[in-house]
Amino acid sequence: MANSTDFLLALEGVTVSFDGFKAVNDLNLYIDKGELRVIIGPNGAGKTTVLDLICGRTRVSNGSIKFQDHEITGLTEHEIVKRGIGRKFQTPSIYDDLSVFENLEISFPRGRNVFGALFWNRTSEIIERVQEIAEMIYLSDQINQRAETLSHGQKQWLEIGMLLIQDPELLMLDEPVAGMSVSERVKTAALLNTIIKNRSVVVIEHDMKFVESIAHRVTVLHQGKVLAEGDMEAIQADPHVKEVYLGH
Amino acid sequence: MSTANTTTKNRHLELIGIGLIALLILVVLPVWLDAFRLNLVGKYLTYAFVAVGLVLCWGYTGILSLGQGIFFGLGGYCMAMFLKLEASSVANTKIQSTPGIPDFMDWNQLTHLPFFWVPFKSLPFALIAVIAVPSLAAFILSYAMFKRRVGGVYFAIITQAFAAVLTILIIGRQGYTGGINGITDLRTMWGWDIRTDGAKEILYFACAFLLIGMMFLARFVLSSKLGRILVAIRDKEDRVRFSGYDVASVKVFIFCLASAIAAVGGAMFTLQVGFMSPSFVGIVPSIEMVIFCAVGGRQSVVGAVVGTLLVNYAKTSFSESFPELWLFAMGGLFIAVVLAFPRGIAGLFTDQVVPLFMKWKSARDGATPDATPAPAE
Repeated sequence: MANSTDFLLALEGVTVSFDGFKAVNDLNLYIDKGELRVIIGPNGAGKTTVLDLICGRTRVSNGSIKFQDHEITGLTEHEIVKRGIGRKFQTPSIYDDLSVFENLEISFPRGRNVFGALFWNRTSEIIERVQEIAEMIYLSDQINQRAETLSHGQKQWLEIGMLLIQDPELLMLDEPVAGMSVSERVKTAALLNTIIKNRSVVVIEHDMKFVESIAHRVTVLHQGKVLAEGDMEAIQADPHVKEVYLGH
Repeated sequence: MSTANTTTKNRHLELIGIGLIALLILVVLPVWLDAFRLNLVGKYLTYAFVAVGLVLCWGYTGILSLGQGIFFGLGGYCMAMFLKLEASSVANTKIQSTPGIPDFMDWNQLTHLPFFWVPFKSLPFALIAVIAVPSLAAFILSYAMFKRRVGGVYFAIITQAFAAVLTILIIGRQGYTGGINGITDLRTMWGWDIRTDGAKEILYFACAFLLIGMMFLARFVLSSKLGRILVAIRDKEDRVRFSGYDVASVKVFIFCLASAIAAVGGAMFTLQVGFMSPSFVGIVPSIEMVIFCAVGGRQSVVGAVVGTLLVNYAKTSFSESFPELWLFAMGGLFIAVVLAFPRGIAGLFTDQVVPLFMKWKSARDGATPDATPAPAE
């Protein structure tokens, strides 16, 4: 067992309760540098809550979350983003009234305070970077289109693009292929496989086929606790997991 | 691609709009109107400052403030305090039991100038205070709310409560504030009589230029990346945090800016109208200002100014003939705007008039080459 400094992200004894209901109960979770981790579990297992805790959206009742060996519990969302954690939401969460370009530009990790934004200078470096990302997420042709007019799948890609341009150390994706067509899924899997290089990724996903196509290690959550952890085959063979989840 | 073109087209339209407003308030109205009516327009223009501020905080960021009268009033009072002190020289007030203090203080048995009035003897201090005091008030109010993530309708109600509180405070402490009558009988600014027709004309132009300056300031903010962040906050406030922005400080900034712009309007009001009273601070004027902005179009700086001028023109001419009906007309107007054209006159213009014009133009341009054989497709 490596000592704690080697982990990119370490959750230890994390508990959160909503009016007495423990959505996450004494959870330990360690993510290595460069690791791709998939979290699965039945509805209400606390998967999304775990992401909410890491990114500061929900406050931890008890326990510690360390990112790059620094405690991040108690920091606000934007401070955690600046530390290098990016988060994609379950439903596509983009700015409808802005163009694809502007959505990406806003996510560029510079000029994030009031005056930096007021005297923002759209340099050629930024334009190139935005165009590069737009190409990666298959949206070059839509770059000046209002984001509202994109299809569901394109919105999901745009949100992934907004995370990419942030260039986080840790990327958290909540059901990235939900509601996508088969061809969109294939493209998304390809996209994810290119973007997971040089960073750690945590993915929540229901779609088992998709999980098999990308997973390195899988964590199964059940009732706010880790039920099992290991590679895909071990998980699928685990009788406990079968009982609560896969067997249904 | 077409959307990007529309955006730039709208930017150009806005510039043309500002130009037309400048033409109207700097040339047409001064030539056309007599001194009395021009002064009236000058008063309307001071409300337009508030409306421009509301475009920033309400139209773009989604922060509805029902208390902009607070900042308009504070700006106006800071100006009025200086003017009142100048008008209350010992020579002017020698019949009072305590000469040299404003008349209403003397009536309320005050025997010396309250400490917070003393620095207002200086014009530079007063001019700084016109911006600084309302901005500070806006900062305290908005910081306390937005850091706790109080927003939306709760924020609107709290601003309204503050407007009521300030009015009650001003009326209740009449020895310090002039009470319900406000601060009246203002005469000179550094010896320059502001009551003459000539002075009023100069003040009108100063007000008009300042308003145009504020419109350009608003345009600068809205076309920067900050402007796009404001739209993003209106759209999905939660998401903006995860793009790495401190939403609260952006909202505090824009609210303070809107309030500072309103305060400049308040100061110009005091100078042109010659007094300031709590009836421009409270809930009713604050809501009226929101209506001006809504009618004109809350997402258009030009629209807000046009809306303010039109509603006030309607108010003046309507209430001259049917004084008791005006409030109903105003209420009806607001309901009509919200239900039928939520983007106001500016929205009607860009959605209806401009496409119609484009159609007409392309039809006309199409008609001319029709005389020659149509190009093969």
